[in-house]
Parts: sequence; C-alpha cells; structure tokens
Amino acid sequence: MKRRDFVGLTGLATGALFLPSLPGFGHTPVDPARLLEPGADVIVKKRLADAALNAAKAAGASYADVRIGRSLNQYVFTREKQVQNIVSTESYGVGIRVLVGGCWGFASTSVVTEANLAATAREAVSIAKANKLVLKEPVQLAPQQGYGEVSWKTPIQQSAFEVPIKQKVELLLAANAAALDAGANYINSALFQVNEQKYFASTDGSYIDQDIHRLWPTFNATAVDTKSGKFRSRESLSAPVGLGYEYLTPSAAEQVRGPQGTDTVGYKLRYDMLADAALAGKQAKAKLSMKSVTPGKYDLVLDPGHLGLTIHESVGHPTELDRVLGYEANFAGTSFATLEWKAKNLPYGSKAVNIVADKLQPGSVGNVGYDDEGVKTREWDLIKEGKLVNYQKIRDQAHIVGQKESDGCAYAQSWEDVQFQRMPNVSLRPGTAKMSPDEMVKGVDKGIYIAGAGSFSIDQQRFNFQFGGQLFFAIEKGKITEPLEDVAYQSNTQEFWGACQGSCDASDYRLFGTFFDGKGQPAQVSSVSHGSATTRFNGVNVINTARKV
Amino acid sequence: MAILSKDEAQTILKKVLSCSTADECEATLSGNVGGNVRSARNTISTAGASENVALAVQSRFGKRSGTATCNEFDDATLRRCVQRAEEIARLAPESPEYMPLLGPQQYLDGSRSFVPATAAIDPDYRARQIGASMALCDARKLSSAAFLDDSHGFIAKRNSKGLEAYQQVSNITFSVTVRTPDGTGSGYASGDYVDASKFDAARFTKIAADKAASSVKARAIEPGKYTVILEPNALVSNVDTSLLGALMGSLDARNADEGRSFLSKKGGGNRKGEKLFDERVTIYSDPLNPEIANVTFSGDGRPQQRTTWIEKGVVKNLYSSRFWAQKAGIPDLPGPNGWIMEGGTQSTADLIKGTAKGILVTRLWYIRPVDPQTLLFTGLTRDGTFYIENGQIKFPVKNFRFNESPVIMLNNLEAIGKPVRLNGNLVPPLKIRDFTFTSLSDAV
Repeated sequence: MKRRDFVGLTGLATGALFLPSLPGFGHTPVDPARLLEPGADVIVKKRLADAALNAAKAAGASYADVRIGRSLNQYVFTREKQVQNIVSTESYGVGIRVLVGGCWGFASTSVVTEANLAATAREAVSIAKANKLVLKEPVQLAPQQGYGEVSWKTPIQQSAFEVPIKQKVELLLAANAAALDAGANYINSALFQVNEQKYFASTDGSYIDQDIHRLWPTFNATAVDTKSGKFRSRESLSAPVGLGYEYLTPSAAEQVRGPQGTDTVGYKLRYDMLADAALAGKQAKAKLSMKSVTPGKYDLVLDPGHLGLTIHESVGHPTELDRVLGYEANFAGTSFATLEWKAKNLPYGSKAVNIVADKLQPGSVGNVGYDDEGVKTREWDLIKEGKLVNYQKIRDQAHIVGQKESDGCAYAQSWEDVQFQRMPNVSLRPGTAKMSPDEMVKGVDKGIYIAGAGSFSIDQQRFNFQFGGQLFFAIEKGKITEPLEDVAYQSNTQEFWGACQGSCDASDYRLFGTFFDGKGQPAQVSSVSHGSATTRFNGVNVINTARKV
Repeated sequence: MAILSKDEAQTILKKVLSCSTADECEATLSGNVGGNVRSARNTISTAGASENVALAVQSRFGKRSGTATCNEFDDATLRRCVQRAEEIARLAPESPEYMPLLGPQQYLDGSRSFVPATAAIDPDYRARQIGASMALCDARKLSSAAFLDDSHGFIAKRNSKGLEAYQQVSNITFSVTVRTPDGTGSGYASGDYVDASKFDAARFTKIAADKAASSVKARAIEPGKYTVILEPNALVSNVDTSLLGALMGSLDARNADEGRSFLSKKGGGNRKGEKLFDERVTIYSDPLNPEIANVTFSGDGRPQQRTTWIEKGVVKNLYSSRFWAQKAGIPDLPGPNGWIMEGGTQSTADLIKGTAKGILVTRLWYIRPVDPQTLLFTGLTRDGTFYIENGQIKFPVKNFRFNESPVIMLNNLEAIGKPVRLNGNLVPPLKIRDFTFTSLSDAV
C-alpha cells in the first residue's frame, strides 16, 4: 500500500512524518487467523541462519549477518457507520548482509530453505564484489560481542491479534458514532497492529530471537458548514505505542487535563478512544467559527502531543550521525550539527534543554532488546544543559567519533530491506521542579497554548521549521482566553531551543510517536516515540496561514 | 519465476478461477525484479537486489468479500488460497458500497511500458553508472550522493465475469545531489525512464555539479512575493509531496461532493466545470504516451483512457471510486497513472532570458499541507536557488520557506516551458508571479 493510498483511504495524515510510501505495510494480505499461528521454531531458524552464514564466509565474506523476519500487520479502517477495509498481512523471508573487502552487499529472499539462503548469501557476496570496483572508503565495523542464543519480547498484557476483529470494529464504530453525535459530519478511524518476529544471527556468534508488538488507534473527524463551504478537522490525540490491546482500556490515572479553559485531555499509557472522539467531534465543529490569529511574537506553551513532533524534526534527525556525515545528502539532507559545529561547543538550546536517546523506554514504539546489527540497546544523553554531547550511531560509524561500540540504532523495516541507522526514541527530560500546565500558563503574559500535531516542515539541514497543530488557545495575562485558528509558528532550531524556558514535571510527561518515520534510499519507515512534559518557549514567531482561493 | 509471460500468468489465473465456488471471484498475479545502488561521499554506501511474485484472490458471496494470497503456485496451494478467500468472505460484514466485479474490458493496446534493456540491468551496470557519476565529481573535487534504482515486472488479472488483463512494466530512476567540499554549495538533478538505454548517470551528475559549483556564497535577500521560475524538479518529486502532485491528488469527486476539498462548492456539490486556473493550464493523462507509457488498467480493472483533467484552466473531470461514480451519476474514472501538463517550446534557460527580475528554483523540499481548505502548502527551496536580473542569473541566494497554494500558483502563471519526464509524468518549468516566500533558511 502506498502512503497516498493510505491517506486517501483513511483521511489520516498525522504521524506520516515524512515518507511517500508505506512499504512496511505493503505485505501480502492473509487470513486473520493465520496471524495467530506461531512462526518457525528457533532451532529451525538457527539452522537456516547457519546455512547462510557459512555460505557467505565460504564465498569470501569477512562478516555476515542474517535476519529471518516474519512481519504481521493488521489494520482496520472505518468511516462513519461502516467498515472500509480490514487488512491482515504477513511477510516472511530472509535478508542477508555481507562484508567483502570492506564493501557491503545485501540480498533477500522469500524462499526460506537452507539451499536458497546459501544461494542468496552468495548473491550478496557477488553484489559486494561488483561494487568493490568503485569503493573508496572501506567499511570499519566496530567490534561486537556475540550474545549466544538470547530472546526479548515487548512487555504486553494482551496481543491485539488475539482480540476478535468484531470487537475492534465495534470500538472504531463506537468512536465514530461519538464524534458524529458530538458535531462531526465525517470521521475516518483506523487501528494499526504490528508484530515483528525477528531472528538475527551473525558471524559474531549472536542468535537473537525477538517478538516486537506495536499498536496505534487513530482517527480524523471533520465538520463541514455547507452554507459557507468551510470545513475543519481534528485528529486523534492518541500516540502509537509499544503496548498490547491494554492501551485501549481507559484509565483515569493515565489521563492528563490540559490547562483550564482548553477542554483538552492528553493520554499516557492508556487511551480513552471514545472520550477523545467525542471531544474531537465537538472541537471540529467549534473550529468552524474560531478567531483567526494575529501574527506576531508569542510565548508558546506546547503540550507533549505537539512538542514530540518538533523534537523529532529539530533534534532527532539532526543528531543522526549518518546524516551529519552526508549519507542522506541526496534525500533527507545533512545536518547543521556537524562534527566541527559540535567541536566548537556551540549551544543547541538553553540550559533547560536535556534530551536523551533511548531504546528501552516502556510503552514507546522504539523499545527493543537488540538492534538489527545484534547490539544490545541502551540509553544515552544527546543534549545536556543545552549542549550537544553525542550522536546516534551504528557499528560502521562508531570509529568516526572515536567510539568503540555502536549505540544500537540499526533498523530495517523488513527482512527485504537492508538495515541502516535509524532514530531511537529521543525525548526531552521533564522539569525537576513541581509544575503543572496550569501553573505554567499562569506565568505567560501573551502566548498561545498548542495541543496535538499538525502541519510540519523543516529544511534539509534542520535550521528553519514551521509547525501547526490541532488546537490553539490564546493566553493573556496568565489565563486561557479564547480558541484560535490559522496558527503556525516558524523558527530556527537553535533559536527555538534557546528560547526554552523549562518543562512541567514528570507527572505531565507523555509520549508522541509515529509508525511512519521515513529515511534512506530505497526509503524505509521506522517507528519512534518522543516523550516530554508541557514546555514553554518564549518569543516565537507566529504566522497567520489563512488564504483565499 | 518473478516474470511470467501472458500465457503463463493466465494459465495460473484460470486454474485459480476453476477452484472457485463463490458468486464472484477475481485473481491478480504480480511479479517484480529489482536492484539498486546508493552512494554518498563519492563512495558506494549500500546496494541490494530483490524479487517477488504474489497471487491475490478475492472471493465474493453477495455483498460479502474476502481476500487471500499465496506465493507458491502448485495446484494444492492455489486451491487452499481460494478456499481461504471464500472462508473469509463468508465471515465478512456486507459492504454497503458493494459493486459487482467488472466484466470484459477493452484496454488500450500499444503501451510501451516495458523495455528489455531495463530488464537486463545487472550489478555491474549499476556499479558502472554510479562509478561514472562519482568519477565526474572526483575530477571536479565535488562530493556526490546518489541513488540508482531499477525494476521490471508484470501484473495480470482475471475474474469470473470475463475480465482479463496483462501488462509488463520496467523503470529506472536516478537522482544525485552534488555538494562543494566546504558545504556552501549544493546542486540536484533527477530523471526516470521506462527504457534504460536512454539513461546516462554522468549527464545528470554534470547538471547537479554545475549547480553546486555556481551556488556557493549565496546572498540573503528579503522574503516576500517574487516572480519565480520553478524547474520541473520543483513541481514534481519522486521522494516527497509536490505542488502539482498534490493538486492532481486532490481531484477526488467524493471529497469534493462531501464538502471537504478546495473543489467543494458553497451550498453543496463540486466545482467541476468551473475555470479555476489560468487558461494556459491543461493537464491530461494518456497511458499510450511513449515517454510515460504505463499500465492501461487500474487496480480494480477499469481501463485507463486518455482523460483531460484540466482544460484551459477549467476543471473537466474528477476521478472517483466505482461506487461514488454510480451514486453521484458521474463518469466512472480511475485516478491516472501519470499525467501530462501541456507546455510550450521554451527551455528553462529561455524562461530565464525573458525574466527582468526573479528567482530560479531548482527544487522544493519537505512540502506539507497547511490548510486543505485552500490547498495551502509550506516547504523550502533547496539545492540551487538563484537571483535573476535582466534575463541572466546574477548570483545564488539563500534558501526560502514558502507558503503557497498550487491553486493560487496556477492563477499567477507568467509562462510555461517545455515539459520533461519526471516521476512518470511530463512536467514543464513554470514562471509564476507573486510566489510567497515567508522566511529565510540558512540550510545549504
């Protein structure tokens, strides 16, 4: 399924951060019941992997890794009172990567037999040899210990694949009804369920079996004023999560109220889809008659469901070392945060900015035990008190910054695709002093509170950006006064983070995320979460986006 | 196995249909073989190859339908695949938007969507092409990053109502970004073909290298409304949203009729038949055009015909699902597989010569919707932005962020150049007045 088909089908755009296609969701449709069948036994997988590794070594590879992947996806799409589509997909196959004379080669196959894996390994070797003719920088691979036979599973309470489809359909249709009853004219809703069964083996001596689960319920409610021809939408305030179906069990303890006067509710690790849909229907209708913003400088109070996207674009991507070095120059671009820039110890932001990278955070969609190079995952600082202290790296990049080991950031969207450096969860640490969103608003004289992710765009070196949102509220003299529309803010990454005044405390901390972060050629998607508490930025340039056609 | 002939494919499909006990059954078989190579910092970073073939079976009982697939083709597997589709169909809810399967269709003949030269590409060819690109940059002491991707395959359909279709396709795509070693200059070029014998990586690389070398020491000029010359790469992209792509993607009848499109009419209905653009704007699709030859049937089996979407500024047709076409009583048109914007004979260089003051834009980037009501998009210039005065490029300028709608843009048309193939479409360079830049970017 191409992304444009997905967007056309569902009307859902948020979270599709970047990419024009969804190859990770394009696998073969299957009978839903098959998604409950166990995959191949690890003993079988080890035998298959060894066949490929041995063939690669015999053909001349100095290093090889094998990923036996089974990707299971199910998506349920509805609109208004009807089911649009239910798609269950399965993809099973093997990707083999080899290093020959300092040059990578990769080949994949869906014919999973020992003989064919050996042949595919030899094909990967032949591709590496063909490219050796024009190689100039031989790959230097950071050493990696073999872990032997180990396993890891996303800590879920209930697999979404075990929940009857009827129950999922009823939930989405109930959410649709709640939005329509509250004032929406149209609604598209969807439930994405992902299970990646990954077996990784390498010539280092690792045999790693992982069972990874992700879930994302979402919708887009639209209200139309036929008389004026005006229409406005409000998208779900859910986040994609590394949880099971338990995410859809509402819990008052996991809800966070927005500032007084905003009528907004954020969600932590449990999501009340019906309540959010009802609020969305009401708010979409209300958006038909909101006041258009007066452009100018405002202090912005950004909720975590909004700020996560800004963190993603202005910190997550520019601190990817492959981008810093120029490997993305032909596609997503490079980065202002070069090695030379970092060596000058230039400020990335104010002292209130502390940003951490991690692949361990419970509930996040980037939570895995090992990356796709067989590296055990961990947590590390990217920005400390406003200074860039580290990047995100994989095994063939570590030596460039004098590091002896990888950060565990390799990922491939499926067995068909080669692994490369992808973003871990990148999150802003909450403030250490107790502060609620209400208390934060009290200190703002002229500002705007923004909830939910909207339009987003940033330049190819991550300087100039523009973000919209789902809901905007004027703040005057410490109080929310009225809702606004046509709001977008423009800034420069360093100026913006330099204007950061601080965050609310950990009680307000929530995740934003996406299943569809895109990068690379051929482009691949990956899933990533970004956590933060409500955060204040002073003196940001707000533009009015209203036009007439 | 990945590429089957028409006879081989239809033999499998007939076997599939012979197993069916459903009211209606449709089978689709597709295969693809491809490879790619990616470079950066003037060296190869990754390379790979893949192939796949798959069968999808859709079975229907009344208004219930189910789909199952397989990628093995022995009799027992085919039978199981059909049985599984029928089991799913019996369990599925009835669709209120059910449409019966199409019967026999007349498809256009003669689309040159497959060329053997493209199918013959191997790892050595890819290494040679990317090697030539890198060598050119090495010689000029520039740094390149590039991507070459080729594929060939087939799609075949057959159903119980007598529909039968088969076509082969091939494609090669290349893009290259060249930067100066000090990071102050950058240039870009890209192209794609059905026939790989037309492709020359070095030719594109020279264009990107020239742009990179001439874009150093860019000056900052104030954002505002400018006359711009948008090169084809600034109008259509194969890696990003694009202004003309977004416009074509918005010609959906249902969205317009439901009131959630710039094509919705106040009080209800849509704006088909209205003149919404400059009268020089004509966009049509034609699967037989030799430069952008494509599949002559859509995913649901409808014929792709020559169709005019916008004619002399007037919206002539909207595409829709079969259900919506029947409900709304409109022509039953699938969305196009590639489109052609009519233009003139002038090159980009000719457009520059005829410009008193303006800005040349090589490429736009990170284009995202801001307001669907007005089709307003934001994004940035990239990889070669230049100030034009008295018909000449005077100096490179820093990149801008824009906030603009393709609807407004195509009403502010000054001139249209000669169309070139890009991402499977034919796209002319356009000269536009009052294009809205809202801020500056330091990015190179």
